Amino acid sequence: MQTGGTLLRVGTAGPASINEIGDVEARLRERRYIGDRSLATAIFLALKLDKPLFIEGEAGVGKTEAAKVMAEVLDARLIRLQCYEGIDLAHAVYEWNYPRQLLHIRLLDETQDRRAAEREIFSPEFLLRRPLLDAIDNNDPVPPVLLIDEIDRSDEEFEAFLLELLSDFQVSIPELGTIKAKRPPFVVITSNRTREVHDALKRRCLYHWIDYPNLEKEVEIVRARAPEAADGLAREVAALVQGLRGMDLYKVPGVAETLDWARSLAALGATRIDSSLVDATLGAALKYQEDLERVREKVPAMVEKARGA
Amino acid sequence: MPDTDLLPRLGAFARLLHDSGIEAGPRRLTDATRALTYIDLKREADFRGALRSVFVGRKEDIPTFEAAFDIFWAPPDPRITAGAIPGRSRPLRMSPERAAAWSAALGLSSSQMSREQEARSEPATSSGYSAEELLRQKDFEEMTWDETEQVRRLLEQAAWRVAERRTRRMRAGKTGRIDLRRSARHAIRSSGELMQLFRRKPRLRRRPLVLICDVSGSMERYSRLLMIFAYAIARREDLEAFVFSTRLTRITRQLRQRDLDKALEAVSKGVHDFSGGTRIGDALADFNRHWARRVLGHGAVVIIVSDGWDRGDPAQLTAELIHLRRSAHRLVWLNPLIGSEGYQPLTRGMAAALPYCDDFLAAHNVQALDDLGRLLAGLGRRSTRV
Repeated sequence: MQTGGTLLRVGTAGPASINEIGDVEARLRERRYIGDRSLATAIFLALKLDKPLFIEGEAGVGKTEAAKVMAEVLDARLIRLQCYEGIDLAHAVYEWNYPRQLLHIRLLDETQDRRAAEREIFSPEFLLRRPLLDAIDNNDPVPPVLLIDEIDRSDEEFEAFLLELLSDFQVSIPELGTIKAKRPPFVVITSNRTREVHDALKRRCLYHWIDYPNLEKEVEIVRARAPEAADGLAREVAALVQGLRGMDLYKVPGVAETLDWARSLAALGATRIDSSLVDATLGAALKYQEDLERVREKVPAMVEKARGA
Repeated sequence: MPDTDLLPRLGAFARLLHDSGIEAGPRRLTDATRALTYIDLKREADFRGALRSVFVGRKEDIPTFEAAFDIFWAPPDPRITAGAIPGRSRPLRMSPERAAAWSAALGLSSSQMSREQEARSEPATSSGYSAEELLRQKDFEEMTWDETEQVRRLLEQAAWRVAERRTRRMRAGKTGRIDLRRSARHAIRSSGELMQLFRRKPRLRRRPLVLICDVSGSMERYSRLLMIFAYAIARREDLEAFVFSTRLTRITRQLRQRDLDKALEAVSKGVHDFSGGTRIGDALADFNRHWARRVLGHGAVVIIVSDGWDRGDPAQLTAELIHLRRSAHRLVWLNPLIGSEGYQPLTRGMAAALPYCDDFLAAHNVQALDDLGRLLAGLGRRSTRV
């Protein structure tokens, strides 16, 4: 038991029960996230070294999902910041609730001290807390998981700000002073690589590239995440998608598409695939008209091949 | 540290990565040292994975890292050099002196790290034209100093800048939408009375440029000039540059060298098919699939420079151009042959391409490039396509 003084923490980062890579792997799997050992390694080290984890990969390979599952594994709150072009501090960190402040100041008695009134309206009560402030100024028993999603959509100005935030985990609000994280959040940053993120930011992070899974792994993923699909169907859909990834397409389907497709087919009552079913549901996997046209004529051959897989 | 021998070896590995072009500074080395205390060093996959997550910062560096790891941590046995273990025979690219020093230090035969081997391991495509794909390094020094200087000066002094577009980021302005945040802030100072309305409007940014240059045999006499042109633009604009002959190579990073000669040297080293055959359709297909989503954001203007002498399938070229035009703000085709007298766009490739380009301009001399500049400067903030 602790007997006064400062709280001593042994093995600072991460929950005590995560002692090796295998623990991360097992916990992800328990929560039906099927990932590589190398992803588990990156997550494990990010926790142990207290560093942000930078995950890149094509769309729909489970980058965001990895962060969500991590929050579950750590039993931590997930705070998500979705990036977009033009995102600024007012949307990412904090904003004063101006309408409320105006209303409040108008209701004040004329005789009241102006200074005191100003102090009052610039108090936390009038502060709109956005995700980044929320993540830094937390009183959670377990530090939250901060997911900065699709950072490639934001612009360089915001990236520069993030760089600063990630180096000292503090935010300055002129009217309130500096707020520093008592316990920094576990940060996961994802990118679809629509543009190159600055090296300085990446240097602060551990990096992991999520690749498309191989057939066995993808079957496993479908079974775990779309259990409504029969075993045979899961395998055939995974095989179909693996085939599509080898074709010359504008946008090859990700794992998210595989799952959508398996679920769509299961919803139609299918337990195996056939040409007409595949043809009718092809839109679950392919999102470009040119791609659809190119693949349509090859459906019978692909179905035959997938059924043999 | 579990092993006192490991630290110096890790330092040496970081230097090897550095020499192969991966950033492996002190911060990453420190992280790597710390990371290794948490993992079971006897498991090679974990050891490799830990170092990868620390030292690699982008997908393109993964193969280099793997090759360096194989060479450094898993000294080859004879089966490896015989190619019996797949994935363990990749060579590592670096400057010849460095490669020699490293192979001596690691006790390897020099062929394992050399560039020639890589050249040989390039997959041979089935096309008959790839015989023309000469794996030689084009020497840019042939251009006289006078020419180079003249072109560079003209381009640097050119008055044009690429047109701007509205971004989603706002800034204060005299006109535009009301900035509620600032207005309210001021109102609070005057006891809640809105005394003054502040406004904000979108910030303007120059459009990014994407240059896709044909450097095949028929374009040979222009390619040097075009590279200088690309370099000059890269100095002042947001430019992504690619060259193609039989395949597409990104040269953006090479052009970022501060010195023109160094930049040109880097380009000629990085591009293996200068003066080969032309397959525009293939090159654009490659671009559309692997690069378009990454470099065509933010309303980019795409400039293709080619004479349209295409050995590929015109139908493919058309299909790829249609796709490209849809994802770009504007598609400009520069053709150096337009300058020649009596030219009509009758080459097969050009005829296929013409209907799908927004603009079709000359590019045979600096004057023509200046015309292009004026076109780029005149592009509106919104799509002006008809």
